[in-house]
Amino acid sequence: MAVTDHILSLVTFLPLVGAAAILLARFVAKGEGAANAARWIALGTTLATLGVAAWLTAVFDPSQVGYQFVERYEWFRAAQYHLGVDGVSILFVLLTAFLMPLCIAASWTTIKDRVVDYMIAFLVLETLVIGVFTSLDLFLFYIFFEGTLVPMFIIIGVWGGQNRIYAAYKFFLYTLLGSVLMLLAMLWMAFEAGTTSIPALKEYAFSAQAQPLLWLAFFASFAVKMPMWPVHTWLPDAHVQAPTAGSVILAGILLKLGGYGFILFNLPMFPQASQQFAPLVFALSVIAIVYTSLVAFRQTDIKKLIAYSSVAHMGFVTMGIFAGNEQGVQGAVFQMLSHGLISGALFLCVGVVYDRMHTREIAFYGGLTSKMPWFAAIFLMFTMANVGLPGTSGFIGEILTMTAVYEVSTWAALFAASGVIFSAVYALTLYRNVMFGEITNPALKTITDIDLRELAIFVPLIVGTLWLGVQPGLVLDVTAASVEGVTTAYRAAIGG
Amino acid sequence: MDIQLLVTLGVFAPLLGAAIAGLFGRRIGNFASQAVTTGLLFFSCFVAWTVFIQHTWGHMEAFTVQIAPFINVGDFQSNWAIRIDALSAVMLIVVTSVSSLVHLYSWGYMAEDDSRPRFFAYLSLFTFAMLALVTAADFMQLFFGWEGVGLASYLLIGFWYKKPTASAAAIKAFVVNRVGDFGFALGIITVFWMFGTIQFAELFPMIADRAGTGWEFLGHTWSALDLAGALLFVGAMGKSAQFFLHTWLPDAMEGPTPVSALIHAATMVTAGVYMVCLLSPIYEYAPTASLLIAITGAVTALFAATVGLMQNDIKRVIAYSTCSQLGYMFFAAGVGVYESAMFHLFTHAFFKALLFLGAGSVIHGMHHEQDMRKMGGLWKLLPVTYAVMLIGTIAITGLGIPEIGGFAGFYSKDSIIESAYAAATTGHSAAGYFAFIVGLLAAALTSYYSWRLIFMTFHNKPQWTEEAHAAHAHGHDDHATDAQLETHSEPLPDAHDDHAHDHHGPLHPHESPWVMLVPLILLSVGAVAAGFIFAPHFIGHHENEFWRGAIFSGAGNHVLHDSHEVPKWVKWAPLVVTLIGAAFALYYYVLREGLAKRMAEAKGPLWTFLYNKWFFDELYDVVFVRGARALGDLFWKVGDVKIIDGLGPNGAAWASLKSAARLGKIQSGYVYHYAFVMLLGVAGLLAFVIATFGA
Repeated sequence: MAVTDHILSLVTFLPLVGAAAILLARFVAKGEGAANAARWIALGTTLATLGVAAWLTAVFDPSQVGYQFVERYEWFRAAQYHLGVDGVSILFVLLTAFLMPLCIAASWTTIKDRVVDYMIAFLVLETLVIGVFTSLDLFLFYIFFEGTLVPMFIIIGVWGGQNRIYAAYKFFLYTLLGSVLMLLAMLWMAFEAGTTSIPALKEYAFSAQAQPLLWLAFFASFAVKMPMWPVHTWLPDAHVQAPTAGSVILAGILLKLGGYGFILFNLPMFPQASQQFAPLVFALSVIAIVYTSLVAFRQTDIKKLIAYSSVAHMGFVTMGIFAGNEQGVQGAVFQMLSHGLISGALFLCVGVVYDRMHTREIAFYGGLTSKMPWFAAIFLMFTMANVGLPGTSGFIGEILTMTAVYEVSTWAALFAASGVIFSAVYALTLYRNVMFGEITNPALKTITDIDLRELAIFVPLIVGTLWLGVQPGLVLDVTAASVEGVTTAYRAAIGG
Repeated sequence: MDIQLLVTLGVFAPLLGAAIAGLFGRRIGNFASQAVTTGLLFFSCFVAWTVFIQHTWGHMEAFTVQIAPFINVGDFQSNWAIRIDALSAVMLIVVTSVSSLVHLYSWGYMAEDDSRPRFFAYLSLFTFAMLALVTAADFMQLFFGWEGVGLASYLLIGFWYKKPTASAAAIKAFVVNRVGDFGFALGIITVFWMFGTIQFAELFPMIADRAGTGWEFLGHTWSALDLAGALLFVGAMGKSAQFFLHTWLPDAMEGPTPVSALIHAATMVTAGVYMVCLLSPIYEYAPTASLLIAITGAVTALFAATVGLMQNDIKRVIAYSTCSQLGYMFFAAGVGVYESAMFHLFTHAFFKALLFLGAGSVIHGMHHEQDMRKMGGLWKLLPVTYAVMLIGTIAITGLGIPEIGGFAGFYSKDSIIESAYAAATTGHSAAGYFAFIVGLLAAALTSYYSWRLIFMTFHNKPQWTEEAHAAHAHGHDDHATDAQLETHSEPLPDAHDDHAHDHHGPLHPHESPWVMLVPLILLSVGAVAAGFIFAPHFIGHHENEFWRGAIFSGAGNHVLHDSHEVPKWVKWAPLVVTLIGAAFALYYYVLREGLAKRMAEAKGPLWTFLYNKWFFDELYDVVFVRGARALGDLFWKVGDVKIIDGLGPNGAAWASLKSAARLGKIQSGYVYHYAFVMLLGVAGLLAFVIATFGA
């Protein structure tokens, strides 16, 4: 039995093993000892998971279209324990494994209460998220997909800000609606096709009558996750209340579950409906880009501003996916991965100043550059990545998705392209208000620049953002075959 | 050494310098940062001249060095590459020559600033981005360089980040450029779907077949090449500060003066002109787009010149002059003489960099005073600066005698004006007469404001007195507020505060150190000689061997040739109007000294209109800035909060949950409620599955 036979199970459940180890350590040590043990075990586990994920990516053969490292066992009679990765999902596994150690490191000193529980929550969350990306069975997917919310809720609810309950409540209402509809659709599909295997369902041709309803059911769930306009208002609240590492995971990974879902379900399984609803998606996407950019411009809370900017950036993703051509889906996947790095880094930047001053009010700040030159450089770099400056990864996804949608709708391309203006407005205004000028607030006179721990967290993100910006082929070459498989099938199905 | 390797090293040398100075500047110190960046820049300059000389006199063939793949998705194929041909060779020497001299000059100009490593890192970063732009072999690298120079421009305008006007100007520059890039990006995408490629080498041979075909865009069928050309030109308008998108350039003068010389005069702002010339294969088949370029350029040339007449800030005068000269380049390209446009770009780089650096020398000598009304009589105290400024002024006003010769601007500007006339009489361009008349008018205005600058600064009675200046500039804050009213003085760096009295005390204007004067002298050599040395190659008998197809002229385009055959009066007309302009300046500012001041005090309507730059800033502020704010507030407070949340989550149940007490009760419960519901769902699901498919 080769290791590769179970490598996906390993990468999925390794964090859970770490969580169990932390529980065990709690019996041995008490108080600060247990907290330290939890930190180190969590860091070690997430790094080990990253190692496995990196190795997995290294041995993955990107020239193949199908799923690799497949594990398939009878579970219940119908649902199976069925894992596998293709060129798209493997990179999301890698992104998750990449961000998690950074989150643990970012929480090292800032989380002081219930450290053991906190670390367990993150490790469980990692298992669930990786599970979403590796599962190839409808119900396995559902369990992982919905399961991610539990640790996320706990993270916001226990370690969050003052108004965390309102945030959790909003999140709950939106998500519940979507997941109920998706569950019903899944049940119907399992019935209809007689299988719960996602690869098999991709081959199954659902009738033209059924497709729109099924499409809408999945759409309801994934659109909330993305989030798309107008079901986006939970996100700013959730971000504002979440601790820094929670925001990193929320923006960096959990939002991507929606886009991943679109590529996994909506586009290949309901191609006619996808084509039919594409104008709706384009409309919602460009509204997201223009509307939320303008809303972001007026925010007074740093985190809220970045949260709104995330919504705008996800607009490019949905637009690209339903353009249905190679540039679109490739660009969407790239944009999601890139946004995982950039938005994660931006929330970490907010965390840096929040940890020092305990406020996210933009008006409180101003003139930080003179006290924090290294932070200024890092924040600037990610601000520029966020506005999609060429040379950073933020550019690639935007230009590819804009290019893609032009083929289908020049109007959508026009509005989406205007997003490059608005993003510059809100991002540079934020940067100016926080970083430039003289220091006028006396409380800021003693603020310190980032320390080595913080620098160590940022360095991998900086390297990733620049490297992918200059050599996007690192991602595009891995996703190319799988995406081509999806788009070719989609084009064939809609007769285009 | 292999020329390909040499060129590659030359392009990447400034990036290396930027990285060293930017990352390790604090560790290695000011001197080492300056030495490394400047040294590497001079190396690039050496490489550029080697390439240019090899190309011009050594019969080196055009070539492209492939470095690495960039974005490759389906037909969307782009690469990191270095394209060397006549066009890029010209740009290479312009960029690296001015940049290396500006690096050197900054040793003196920035000597008192305590962020020098950062400054030199930005300068070198800019140079690298500009080199990437001019050597691009496809649209993606072009766009990379395009936005890269925009970033560097943003960083350098906002270099003195503590000054609110500087950071505002930096944002304005970036955002207005983004408006241009919005059109540029759409243009690139249009080209991609039209031709299935964004590689110049693949694209250009395919264009002729597209001529006259239509293209669907926004539900309307357009002439394909005109649409692509017009969209791409929007990008050029932003970068090169053309009418409607010009407002950022004067404000960009908030940056240190060496930056204004390098970025906002000689190189970056000419990128739009370069792009139009590079894409001459498109524009030659896009008559409507070319007409748009010609008209926009001509309007800009005239508009900026009229505003330049009234400015009192020495840098703003030169900034509007730059804007106006860029207009000349565009209408040249628009009427079909890309060669003349490139030639004017080339000569302009030398004399405009000279004028800016000369102005910097004046500002330096006047202890950061930029208001010309507070200068006067400086020629004795700053003799070298005065001499080079005179050279620059003669060059920019295009003073020269037809058929005999003159300074650099004479060759290039006259060629443009004559070409406009030729394009008009042969019917090649519908905008020909307009461009010709505007070109002459603007030439007269150029002469007026350029000589006005010389007279106000160097001649007349000194307007600075020891008492007046001391009173004026004693407090840092007074200085700043006063400066914001009329002019925008550069702030004194922190280091000054320690010995502020040296600078704020009695004013002793002084000549600049040699490290600043040497670049000025070298540039004045260019301003004198660049015209007659290179005119035969750029626009004269050798132009075919020189350009070797890098610029494409359609079968019906003989404008450059015809421009040599224009009637005598057309050749003499520029000289006449230039002398008239100079005579007016002499009359108002020397013979009747004080007349101009009285006119300004009268504040007539025309004066007010021009002095306030046609009220563009005010208009844009009302429409765009306040509009965006109002829309943002509307979407946020009404759209998100009232409508979406009001009808959605809040409306559903929030009303019943308002009381804090009840909130407290459910506080702990939410997570668990949700978990419970989800688990129930999963259990029910499994039960269902088992029951349905089960044993």
